[in-house]
Amino acid sequence: MPELLQGKNIVVMGVANERSIAWGITKSLHNAGANLIFTNRQERSYQKLVKLLEKNEIEPKLIVSCDVASDESISEAFGEIKEKVGVIHGLVHSVAFANRDELKGEYADTSREGFLLAQEISAYSLVAVTKAAKEVMTEGGGIVTQTYLGAERVIKNYNVMGVAKASLEASVRYLAEDVGKYGIRVNAVSAGPIRTLSAKGVSGFNEKAGVIEEKAPLRRNVDQDQVGDATLFLVSELSRGITGEVLHVDSGYHIIGG
Amino acid sequence: MMADVFDRVKAIIVERLDVEESKVTMEASFKDDLEADSLDVVELVMELEDEFDMEIADEEAEKINTVGDAVNYINSTQA
Repeated sequence: MPELLQGKNIVVMGVANERSIAWGITKSLHNAGANLIFTNRQERSYQKLVKLLEKNEIEPKLIVSCDVASDESISEAFGEIKEKVGVIHGLVHSVAFANRDELKGEYADTSREGFLLAQEISAYSLVAVTKAAKEVMTEGGGIVTQTYLGAERVIKNYNVMGVAKASLEASVRYLAEDVGKYGIRVNAVSAGPIRTLSAKGVSGFNEKAGVIEEKAPLRRNVDQDQVGDATLFLVSELSRGITGEVLHVDSGYHIIGG
Repeated sequence: MMADVFDRVKAIIVERLDVEESKVTMEASFKDDLEADSLDVVELVMELEDEFDMEIADEEAEKINTVGDAVNYINSTQA
């Protein structure tokens, strides 16, 4: 579908390296003809992103610095996007964080600070970014975030991040209601476990990865490209009737009871 | 064998951390000498898992502080 996003300006937040889910999404959006705007948090990730884009011959429309922990930074980033790009037609939010030592052991041991940090970076960031993005999405469009089954069920070691993802999914529904009147849709992709930098931060990822291959209806693991294509669908007009939804891209694993 | 593993590990470190080859010695500490943060170290562990087609358990990964630690661990599993 080469023309699907032709002439559309899409913001991608959360490319850390070539294993990032946001990178799989970048490839899908690029192949569909989108103009891509990236946000990055640090100088170091900026260098990595530039290198990765060059290697894959993807010409970014714009790269802006954005720290989702700062309202000022978000406001500046979207101000720059508005000034330099004008209108955006979609936004991909693929950002989360929790302290690594709280992604193991008992959830009951979660610290107050660790709980708030996970909520702020992983859930509130979507709220803050949606607020800023809607001012630039004057022609409507799709906002898509990334979640995980740990929001709905207990997944060992996922702990504080599972609760943050539950908050993120609820935010998707409330935000969908808020911005629906402007023609903006908000949805989430719930991907099966993918070997990303973030996933490796959750204790015991290596042991977990095999479960999908063994038990999911499709009997195979999920990769970044599958999530990329599903996200492309949710960003594009093909999904114009869908908002407030959590779409599972997990080889069907979530329907299995035992 | 030993040198071969070291060279492959070194190539990955140089590429990933953007450091000069001469800084990558067996004694070099990822955090102190190669300026890697905790995410960089996780990233390196993943690269090493791919390069040597192996899994490094979390408990083992936590013990890798120097380039030598990584090389020795890989050698111990490839024997």
